Formats: sequence, C-alpha cells, structure tokens
Amino acid sequence: MTASDSQFDIPLAELRKRIEELEGYPAGSSQDKELERLRVSLRKNTAEVYGHLSRWQKVLVARHQDRPYTLDYVHFLMEDWVEVHGDRAFSDDPAIVAGLARFRGRSVAVVGHEKGRDTKERISRNFGQPRPDGYRKALRVMKMAEKFRLPVLTFIDTAGAYPGLDAEERGQAEAIARNLIEMSALTVPIVVTVTGEGGSGGALALGVGDRVFILEYATYSVISPEGCAAILWKDQNKKAEAAEAMRITAPDLLQLGVVDAIIPEPPGGAHTDPEAACRRVGDVLADALDELVRLSPNELIARRYEKFRALGVYDEG
Amino acid sequence: MAWFRKTKTPKPIRPERPRSNVPEGLWVKCEGCKEVIYSRDLDRNLRVCPKCGHHMRIDARTRIALLLDEPEPRELFTGVTPTDPLAFRDTKRYRDRIKTYQQAVGERDAVLVVQGHLDEIPVMVAAMEYRFMGGSMGSVVGEKITRAAERACERRLPLLVISASGGARMQEGVLSLMQMAKISAALGRLRAAGLPYISILTDPTTGGVTASFAMLGDLNVAEPGALIGFAGPRVIEQTIRQSLPEGFQRSEFLLEHGFLDLVVQRSEMKEMLARCLRHLYRP
Ligand SMILES: [Zn+2]
Repeated sequence: MTASDSQFDIPLAELRKRIEELEGYPAGSSQDKELERLRVSLRKNTAEVYGHLSRWQKVLVARHQDRPYTLDYVHFLMEDWVEVHGDRAFSDDPAIVAGLARFRGRSVAVVGHEKGRDTKERISRNFGQPRPDGYRKALRVMKMAEKFRLPVLTFIDTAGAYPGLDAEERGQAEAIARNLIEMSALTVPIVVTVTGEGGSGGALALGVGDRVFILEYATYSVISPEGCAAILWKDQNKKAEAAEAMRITAPDLLQLGVVDAIIPEPPGGAHTDPEAACRRVGDVLADALDELVRLSPNELIARRYEKFRALGVYDEG
Repeated sequence: MAWFRKTKTPKPIRPERPRSNVPEGLWVKCEGCKEVIYSRDLDRNLRVCPKCGHHMRIDARTRIALLLDEPEPRELFTGVTPTDPLAFRDTKRYRDRIKTYQQAVGERDAVLVVQGHLDEIPVMVAAMEYRFMGGSMGSVVGEKITRAAERACERRLPLLVISASGGARMQEGVLSLMQMAKISAALGRLRAAGLPYISILTDPTTGGVTASFAMLGDLNVAEPGALIGFAGPRVIEQTIRQSLPEGFQRSEFLLEHGFLDLVVQRSEMKEMLARCLRHLYRP
C-alpha cells in the first residue's frame, strides 16, 4: 500500500507495533494494564475499519506487501515440499512456483503465483507477473499430477500476466489459452484459491477448477481498476470508481457465482497474522479435497464443465 | 476464384468511422498506403486495398457471406441478448451503451452464429462484430460461441470462429473473464469429439479473446497484417518504456514465432479453409 492510499491501515499498524513493543518488555502491572487497553483499542478499531472497507480499500489490502503468498501457504500447511522448475521449452519463470508436497496426509501438486518478499526477490520474481514460460511450467506440473493421480492446489495472486515484449513474442495469449482448455479437461481434482489479486487472464490461467475459493479481502477482476479507469473514464485516478463499478471483491464474486465460498481472514487482514490466515485456508482446502477425491475422473470433469458453463448473465427471448 | 462468382456481391460497407476529409462512403483513405481509393473499387476487392494489399476491417455478416455457400445461412441463438448484470456505469450507463450500439450497428451483440456450408462442407461458424463495442466479449459472446461449439459436437460439424475483438468486456466485469474459461472448456469437448476447430484471426484480435478461443484452433489462420496479441501495443510500450519494432504483433510476426499455421489473403480464405477441412473432416 502506498501511504496516501492506505490511511485507514496506518493507525492500526501503529497500534500493532506499540503492542509488540510492550510485549517485549518484562511483565509489570502498569504495563499489563496498558497492553490490555491497547489490545481492546486495536480490536475495536480493526472491527470498525475492516467492517467498512470500500472496494478500493480492499484492493489495497489484497495488494499488501505482507500478505501471505504461495510459498507461505506451502510453508505453513505442507511438508516435504519439492519445488520443481522449468517449462521444458524456454526457461524457469520465478513468477510462478510449482512443486510437490504433502498436505494433511496426501501428496499434492501445488502451483501458484509468487510475488516475492523483499525488494530483491520481488524484482527477480517480476512482482508475480508471469511470462508464458510460467504458465507452461504450471501446465507441465498439472499434467504430471494427472499422470500420477495427485490433486492440484493452485494459489492465485497476480496483478496480471506480464505485458512485455518477450512475453508477447513467446505467446502469452497461447499459454493462457492452453491452460484454460487443459485445466477444464484435467482428470484429477483442482482446487483454486484466490489469495490476493486475481488479475485478469493471468489469474484465470491458474483458475479453472472444481472448487474456487477466495480470501475475504482478495479481489478478482477482468482488468485492474486502474486499467479500467484509464479506458472507460480516460482517467487513472478514477480507480476507486472503477473498483466499485466492476464489483471485484469477495462478496461480489460469491454473489455472481464465480467463487464457491469466502475464506474469512484474521481481523485486520491476512497480513496481520499470516499463519492464522494460512491455517484457515488449509482447513477449507482439506475439506474440499476430501469431497473431490471421491469423484470419478468423468464425474469431476463433467461437474467442472457445468460449473463454468453456468457463468454469464444474458436475456433470452 | 469460381467460388466468389457464386456468392452475392457483398453489401457496401460503411467505413468504421467517418473520415472528415473524404466524403463518407465514396472515397476511403487506405491506412496502409495512405492512398485515397474509390469505395466501390474497394468493395469489389473485398475491402482489400488494390494498391498495397492492406486488409480493411469488414463486418461479421460480410465475413459470413464471403465464406458460406448460402446467400442467407441459418442464423442460430439470435434470442441471446445482453443485459446489465452489474448495473454498470462509467461516464455512461452500460444499458444505454448497449442500446446505442444496437441501433448504430444493427446487431444485438458482438457475435453471430450461423450453420451452413463452406464449399459444400457443412460447418458451424461464429463471426465476431468489431463495430459492436470493439467486438468485446461479455456473457452473450461467451454463451453464443459456447453453444456453437456444443451444437457442433451434437451435429458432428467442424467449428470456425472468426475473431475480431479488443478482448473481454469490462462492463460485465469478471463474468466476461469467465467466458474465456467457458468457451475453452466447450472447445475441449469438441476436441474430445474429434471434430476440427479452425480459428480465423482478423484485425484486431487481442486480450481475452486471443488468450482463449482464438489461439486454440487445430489450425490458427489469420488475415495478413492483423494485429494479434494479448496485451495491447500501448500497454506494452508503457511497460517496457520503449517503442515497439515495426510489424510487432502482426500476423506475419506471429507466423514467424510459431503461433499461426497460415496467413491467408481474404480472397483465398474460403478456398484454403475448404482444403483444410477436406483433410480433417469427413461428414
Ligand atoms: Zn493501401
């Protein structure tokens, strides 16, 4: 978040920092009282602020730099993680991570966007904006999962597929399109979680699954609010209006039938307690897998087809 | 060119936007060579510049007329019409925009689906209408192309989709995005049924349309010089902060980079499609 846009989060962040400082001191009665006072204040203020976030403010929460990313979900939820690399055609795109892991007793394949934690890592991961190589790596791992009958868990968090010259040259559009058709026909369970920014085709390319979940403050949209504002309002500053108009937040998506359920975040957002956020996601994913592994391959893809077939609103007469 | 004499002369097509310095409908300035060309000569030449070969945009009905044997092939799913699921409003209400375009263009949304014959081969054809909100894909485009693919499966017909689109329609938000997945899944069924799908890409084909059905043909065939890409050229230039090389994202560039099977002149498209279909399809 930039300072000017995220005024709403600053007092909360300051309260959290103050509490953390006090917790570091040895216990004492005056301090305990002060701590208690601050905690109550934080709870109250958090509930107040996060209970009334605008759509644009949720976009900022979804983009918060301390939000858990794919590798955090792997870290908190999985064991025996083996990250695999490369699309077998051109390169290994670090904007998407893929690998094998054990999740609550099951081997699974994991594929997700990865934005990176510090500046250096963010740059090396291109801020989570994949090139075609990333989508092709993702598909390669999903096809391997199919071969060995492993369920696939995907985690979506990207501003969008990278709009660069090299990405176009190597077929960004083809790579995304290929994933859509192949994921729709993959004969193992696919569970999709939108954890942060669901940015357009670059998000959807990991988004065709049997269950689609979204975190409470995550977003999913056809174009970024800034992009929409620039095109339709001819003014990038109308991003808040664009976010409202496009209805891109979790409750909107649930209402439109695009997601199956919203996973609640810790009060104050996933960035305030990444481990708790990851655990909540883990519980939902585990339940979903328990249901999905019972379905035959044919049932799976037939139901997945119907799920996406039903999306869209039109008149008929 | 015998096929062409059989079809009716295409209706004269009005240029996309009136050009201020030339009388509308009579003279047209070619964007390829900047020559001013008599509109009737252009129509006779299928709206391809006789001087430089530049392929101008033509509407969906003309495209269908150029490909199918029937003068008036049977149009399908005409009852599927747009609505305003988000009550979307930018500087204008989406509802009003739809009406404006319906009146100006004479179509209900940005795609037509017909069933007919291409050089006597039975086919299902969807053609996008760029003049309708930039050929943008919302729920109606998604639904009609999906139905076209499903109907092609049922009737065991090859599917041809002629793309001309700026991508997903923002005014229907994430529902437009989901049409990419819906259509691609339907194409998966066509593939499983062993039926041919030929994607015909015309100027321009970008965004979510390219990143779904337009790139998924058993054969991807484009007209010369068409802009084809995921991101638009301006967005790329802003991202990389340099200008793009000449010919970037044009048909010939995509052919060279392995994403198209063929680049085919408009006047030869029908014949080429017929030849391909005869190899791939037995009714
Ligand atoms: Zn010319």
